Amino acid sequence: MAQASSNRPISPHLQIWRWGPAMLVSILHRVTGNGLTFAGLGLLLWWVGAIAGGEQSYQTFIAYVWTGTASPLSGLTSILGKVVLIGLTWAFFQHLATGVRHLVLDVGAGYELHTNARWSVLTMVFSVLATALFWAFVLLPR
Amino acid sequence: MGNGTSIGRVRGLGSSHHGAHHWLATRLTAVGNLVLIPYLLVSLALLPGYDYQAVHSWLAQPVPATALVLIFINTFYHARLGVQVMLEDYVHEDAGKIAAWLFVNIVPFAGAAFGIVSVIRIALGGA
Repeated sequence: MAQASSNRPISPHLQIWRWGPAMLVSILHRVTGNGLTFAGLGLLLWWVGAIAGGEQSYQTFIAYVWTGTASPLSGLTSILGKVVLIGLTWAFFQHLATGVRHLVLDVGAGYELHTNARWSVLTMVFSVLATALFWAFVLLPR
Repeated sequence: MGNGTSIGRVRGLGSSHHGAHHWLATRLTAVGNLVLIPYLLVSLALLPGYDYQAVHSWLAQPVPATALVLIFINTFYHARLGVQVMLEDYVHEDAGKIAAWLFVNIVPFAGAAFGIVSVIRIALGGA
């Protein structure tokens, strides 16, 4: 934007606005979307490539992402791996909820201030609850 | 970009009739993700174990393999559209724009191709 460097007024940025739920979930939608893209799809490719590579490459994947038994380095990365995996499930449920919120807003519904704020907060309640339920189901003995 | 008439100054700066398609494709692939990713999460949660045999034999079945291939098409396309919007918002220099344009038009397709080839190998034997 070569012409934008004139003295025309620029729009105020994040530090100007008073924080509200709608602003927060809008930012979260972008952050979780890009996080899911780079960390999530990256891990998905590593996972499916490791399975395609055979048992040994799958063991390497599991050691570095979850069990940490391959080497001292994998002990460190497996801690990071658990944080990232749990973070990714939260990011997915948050992005799903705010994505559905966008589909609702697209049809012109939910713009009244209190309605908008309530549904914004509910997307975050949903994402935290869904993440807790998912990991409880996976990790707790059945 | 011209600098004479008012139309000349804005030509080439906007979505130039592609914005509606981008917007609609984002929604379409979002609905696809709404089905595909919960299917993947529920399937993974229900696996009897996470050793190589359990995971490989699950993914070698036709329906999971198809779902994964669809994810590599649908979800990667959705992610590409979203990352493009993010880059458009934050990258303003010409050199950065060219790098961003190369990135969003090459990397998602390379990644998706690797994923699809991997699933085909798992589903059709080998390894």
